[in-house]
Amino acid sequence: MSFLEVHELDVRHGLLQAVRGVSLNVEQGETLALVGANGAGKSTLLRAIAGAPPRPAGGRIVFDRSDITRVRPHERVAKGIALVPEGRHLFPSLTVEENLQVAARRGPWTVASVVEAFPILRERLHHRAATLSGGERQATAIGRALMANPRLLLLDEVSLGLAPVAVEDVYRSLKTVIESGATIVLVEQDLTRALTIAGRVACMLEGRIVLEGSDLTRERVTKAYFGLETAA
Amino acid sequence: MTWVNAVVQGVLLGGLYALFACGLSLLFGVMKIINLAHGDLALLGTFGVLVIVEHSGLSAFASLVIVLPLAAVLGWALQRMIFDRSVNGGELAPLLSTFGLSVVIGNLLLEGFSADTHGLSAGALETSAWRINDELSISALGATIFAVALLVLGTLQLFLSRTTPGKRMRATADDVITAELVGIDARAIYATASAIAIATAALAGAFAGMRSSFDPTLGPTQLIFAFEAVIIGGIGSLWGTFVGGIILGVAQTVGAQIDPSWSILAGHIVFLTVLAIRRGGIFQA
Repeated sequence: MSFLEVHELDVRHGLLQAVRGVSLNVEQGETLALVGANGAGKSTLLRAIAGAPPRPAGGRIVFDRSDITRVRPHERVAKGIALVPEGRHLFPSLTVEENLQVAARRGPWTVASVVEAFPILRERLHHRAATLSGGERQATAIGRALMANPRLLLLDEVSLGLAPVAVEDVYRSLKTVIESGATIVLVEQDLTRALTIAGRVACMLEGRIVLEGSDLTRERVTKAYFGLETAA
Repeated sequence: MTWVNAVVQGVLLGGLYALFACGLSLLFGVMKIINLAHGDLALLGTFGVLVIVEHSGLSAFASLVIVLPLAAVLGWALQRMIFDRSVNGGELAPLLSTFGLSVVIGNLLLEGFSADTHGLSAGALETSAWRINDELSISALGATIFAVALLVLGTLQLFLSRTTPGKRMRATADDVITAELVGIDARAIYATASAIAIATAALAGAFAGMRSSFDPTLGPTQLIFAFEAVIIGGIGSLWGTFVGGIILGVAQTVGAQIDPSWSILAGHIVFLTVLAIRRGGIFQA
């Protein structure tokens, strides 16, 4: 049995079916990258695993042998799942330190270790989240997820909207997290970066996984990305 | 000196209004609902104290030891049974459900206590006062209510800014969906906010009952004063609510100094003026 198992998952946004019968397994300690064009259903799938609305219309999500399909989001965090949402979604009226503190759970990740992993936050701890730059916001959002000491970290578009230097900073820090043996599912638009950082890649198109593997070439993924290769 | 006295009495009255308003402000700040039953819930606290005083012989102050925890439990239960369901039902649902709750409480109080006026004794505090000169004196009860209001709002502010549950409450107020996604139980936060809000309303209701006579129809009036204090101070700011209460109190006592019939009207005029000049209130968050 895998660490995370998604069985025939369907998620709808009103009349639009964003995720169509997706099945996916993730092993402990693995880094899986979900790639695909805008609207392919990657973020919806990731948010469904974390328990964010809307509720799945069908299918099951099993995490560490426990069915979490109907479990509320904060209880999933207690079970060890943390999400870094697209757009960061920091708490604007709280300082960086408070953003980290509200998510804190027992474990090795503390405010001090987050600052060590993301040095750009050191000088900004007592500043309100609303005043941060894009890179600082992303670092805070990842740090906040780490403060929950998760066993499964879900990262949604961590490089979106960041300057290239900030992307490098964030990924340099993320490498430390990956090397610590964390299980990670990340959504990434940058195919080169996804293929470099992840041990396995799954490409989504129109709500379905159309290609999945651990030794995929950039050319194959690109074809699947544009719907030119549909054999999963 | 009579004008100074009017201002001083207004400041003391403002402490009571701030106490009424802080629960309303907290519930709006955290859950984004306007609790139209707030005044009636405060009045329920007043009558709760009255019942205990009449049946047990305890003083009104001692009765608070029983009434305030009961009010907190009631707040918790109301959140689970009414607020939590209505908060997901669109903007109108909380207004309708709390309006309905207000009507139910008002009618139950009328049924149980008739339309007669009642009063609560504050014991020795009722007649004690610090006499500054012939025209200026500070009543011990007024000063006590003001000090308690300051203490309650200060403690609430410290709770929100210094403790982890308080920070989680602010995070939930900022973004409830993300709060759940980082591991915060938003329903428990809402229930805590509701328990605090109803307990502070009951405390304010009890003090109002010691200050002047009351009857079961007083709830909506108390709601209006609380609402005006919140709006004058600025939604989302507890210290703003405190200052808003004081401004409202001073407006009423100064209005009464000009002409006794202007008391309530002066408060409403100040409220409308602030609303017209600075829609977000003086301490706009």
